[in-house]
Amino acid sequence: MSVVTNTTTIGAIDAPSRRNTELMLMVFAVAISVFAYANVGLALNGELPSGMLGYGLGLALLGGIGHLAVRKFARYADPLLLPLATLLNGLGLAIIWRLDQSERFQATENFVPAASKQLVFSALGVALLVVVLLALKDHRILQRYTYISMLVALFLLILPMFFPAVNGAKIWIKIPGLGTIQPGEFAKIIIAVFFAGYLMVKRDALALASRRFMGLYLPRGRDLGPILMVWAFSILILVFETDLGSSLLFFGMFVVMLYVATERTSWIVFGLLMSAAGAVGVAAFEPHVQQRVTAWLDPFDGWGKLAASEQMAKSLMAFGSGGTLGTGLGQGNSDLIGFAANSDFILATVGEELGLAGMMAVLLVYGLIVERGVRTALAARDPFGKLLAIGLSGSFAIQVFVVAGGVMGLIPLTGMTMPFVAAGGSSVIANWALIGILLRISDTARRPAPAPAPSPDAEMTQVVRP
Amino acid sequence: MNKPLRRIAIFCGLLVLALLVRVNWLQYVRADELNANEHNRRVQIERYAHERGNIIVDGNPVTGSVETKGSDFKYKRVWKNGPMWAPVTGYSSQAFDASQLESIEDGILTGNSDQLFFDRTLSLFTGEKKTGGNIVTTLNSAAQKAAFKELGNKKGAVAAIDPQTGAILTLVSTPSYDPSVFAGNSLKDAEARQQLLKDKDKPMLNRALRETYPPGSTFKVVTAAAALENGLYKDIDDKTNSPLPWRLPLTTGNLANEGNIPCENASLREALRWSCNTVFGKISDDLGNQKMIDEADKFGFNEEIFTPVRADASVYPKDNRPQNAMAGIGQASNRATPLQMAMVAAAVANDGKLMQPYMVAERQAPNLDVIYTHEKEQFSQPLSGENAQKLQQMMETVVENGTGTNARIPGVTVGGKTGTAQHGLNNSENPYAWFISYAKTDSGSPVAVAVVVEDSQANRDDISGGGLAAPIAKAVMKAVIDSKK
Repeated sequence: MSVVTNTTTIGAIDAPSRRNTELMLMVFAVAISVFAYANVGLALNGELPSGMLGYGLGLALLGGIGHLAVRKFARYADPLLLPLATLLNGLGLAIIWRLDQSERFQATENFVPAASKQLVFSALGVALLVVVLLALKDHRILQRYTYISMLVALFLLILPMFFPAVNGAKIWIKIPGLGTIQPGEFAKIIIAVFFAGYLMVKRDALALASRRFMGLYLPRGRDLGPILMVWAFSILILVFETDLGSSLLFFGMFVVMLYVATERTSWIVFGLLMSAAGAVGVAAFEPHVQQRVTAWLDPFDGWGKLAASEQMAKSLMAFGSGGTLGTGLGQGNSDLIGFAANSDFILATVGEELGLAGMMAVLLVYGLIVERGVRTALAARDPFGKLLAIGLSGSFAIQVFVVAGGVMGLIPLTGMTMPFVAAGGSSVIANWALIGILLRISDTARRPAPAPAPSPDAEMTQVVRP
Repeated sequence: MNKPLRRIAIFCGLLVLALLVRVNWLQYVRADELNANEHNRRVQIERYAHERGNIIVDGNPVTGSVETKGSDFKYKRVWKNGPMWAPVTGYSSQAFDASQLESIEDGILTGNSDQLFFDRTLSLFTGEKKTGGNIVTTLNSAAQKAAFKELGNKKGAVAAIDPQTGAILTLVSTPSYDPSVFAGNSLKDAEARQQLLKDKDKPMLNRALRETYPPGSTFKVVTAAAALENGLYKDIDDKTNSPLPWRLPLTTGNLANEGNIPCENASLREALRWSCNTVFGKISDDLGNQKMIDEADKFGFNEEIFTPVRADASVYPKDNRPQNAMAGIGQASNRATPLQMAMVAAAVANDGKLMQPYMVAERQAPNLDVIYTHEKEQFSQPLSGENAQKLQQMMETVVENGTGTNARIPGVTVGGKTGTAQHGLNNSENPYAWFISYAKTDSGSPVAVAVVVEDSQANRDDISGGGLAAPIAKAVMKAVIDSKK
């Protein structure tokens, strides 16, 4: 990736747009994915898969459209985000297709192949990305919708409570004939807009009006209101939707944004204390959460007794069986995990078939996306853009950590999907939209300023190096 | 706002770092442990993913491997004449693991053994399909068939050894079982196995290696060896100091002989020919418990024998005087496996040198390269060459004109000893019929054999080593001699 080493985050006049770099990387991303797809076919059937041309063209088309849209509507946007997302999406498709070929799954009663559906969802996702770039000429427009965002996000989060639980968690809504939607994935983005708008306005009040106590700046009682509300809301999600992941995600995102907005470490301390209190409190009486914790503490102990433990143990064994280099795509037995092998547990397949090497590469790709997001936040010239970018990339990082840490047994498992890789329409569509917004912010940030009106923030960001 | 942003960036970096550390921990540090976990079905899948190597007897495989459908285990083990070979091969089941050779040599048979590392690495480049290696056994199919046929419906076991090398030639246990019936992992397989486990005749018990019987009069060979080795008697035709009746020491009862036989002060040769309890009981008592134990140990008693399949330890126990005297004629707490008694006959036949019994002659890599050949190895020397030859004369007299005439083979020198071991409370149950023997040709002894028959259907009077067991031993010896021609 030597082509991008010389990137001062704010370009001078005539800053390079890096669009050709993006195109090059995109070619790599598509080529790697097609190679993975061919690999699966060769391993399973000894021949190149018949759908390879369609898959390759489809992915190339998606990447190409995304690239063209960026070239046209966000010329100065970050060149890495789009290829990285395409790579993950393409790899995910190959692995989902690989799991579709599993005889174990095909023998089950309600087996439905997921790869072609996932390709449609990916297309919808990229379409949404184009719409974001097209419709959102400037991310600051979103600022106008701060409180509407709040209402929409609340609505989306509360909605699943009225639908039956699926596999123990109420995070889906079912639309007859269309399938299921996980509104939480979309709420994640919308709520980031609300937090960014709200905190931008309130940041001074939250930051300055405080008392010092034991080295910490304690916020005033009434300023505690918002964080208490978000906290309470997270707990409600946890209790009523038994969705540990989303609860953690929203609260974590809020604390991160609050900290960035106020520059007060005390908020982090409060955040950690409150999430600890909330988690312990809920775990004390919520059997769903208790099971997850038991399964996390000793997965093999619960073998044959607790489904959650067994699932966890199976996931760990898949990782262990992969070893350093993995079995090779299509040659492992990660389908032994059974339930949710191609969604929540898809990383286990990556671990088993691509090995430690493949897992580290995939984790680093996620890390790079987060890094580009944070860099966008640093480069953004307006506080709203900064907050929104850090909110989105922070929540992305937390989600990756929570899911990957969950399936690897680092933390208790929560029901969330791995962005881009896992099968799931809502997730892939929402994450493409997230990338769209980040692209928009980075385009604004990197675009040569029309008039030199340096703000204090911009002055500081110029010296930032990776 | 950039200072906290940078801190958040570091925080995100730490999250990713934590994941990287964790994935290294899982996939590098704990990989082997997780891979070998008892719940990891991949272990079984891998075991049956390739054609399993074969167990070979006389150049022909007695096992096979067939492809199966409807299971994630691709290949299933099959046997050619399973009941006959089960005591040799053991079983290898998709659902119930493996036993005996199938288990011990699993690494070679699956092709996963470290010994095959080079071979495997090579086939990685040549792209050859992975298969298992073969185990070449020492068994003699003609002798095995003869023993299996002769035992027929009777309950019992036969073990035969080549005395000069220790190679196991026959290993039969009846009633037997067909390991094929539960080689798969279906419900039917599980039921078939349950049926076998519930069977009160214990068909899955390998009587040749894993059942110890009172050896009865066949043990008198060991007692005679002890007498000669300890210099109690030097000439086998000299009179022994053996009163009749002889009172069992420290008791009020006499040790009885089977019928009215000439045992008073009988020579060793005559005593063995007539199978005198009084003579050998007294020898055991004269020598004492410790000397008897020492001699029995040299023959292989009191330890497990690995062929490499484990044979239970035969027992010559520490005991009080009367019990020791009884043990000297193969009663009391004296217990021996058929393999053990074959070893006794083999040691005598091989001029006192007992060879380590073994059944794996070679291990072959999948490409048939021999990666291991057994080197014959002496187990012990229970008696000197001179004494061994004396004992041979005694045992040959038994077959010539004693209790073992049923084992005579025209043109071949045969030495043997019958045994009728009583068991059960007050000898209430049918005794076991024993026969141990060896054959001798110009080039030394090619075969030593032990036969035990525990047939509860037979008439008590019929169960005598000479009547029931000797013909079986004869058939086995004849088969071995014929196959060498």
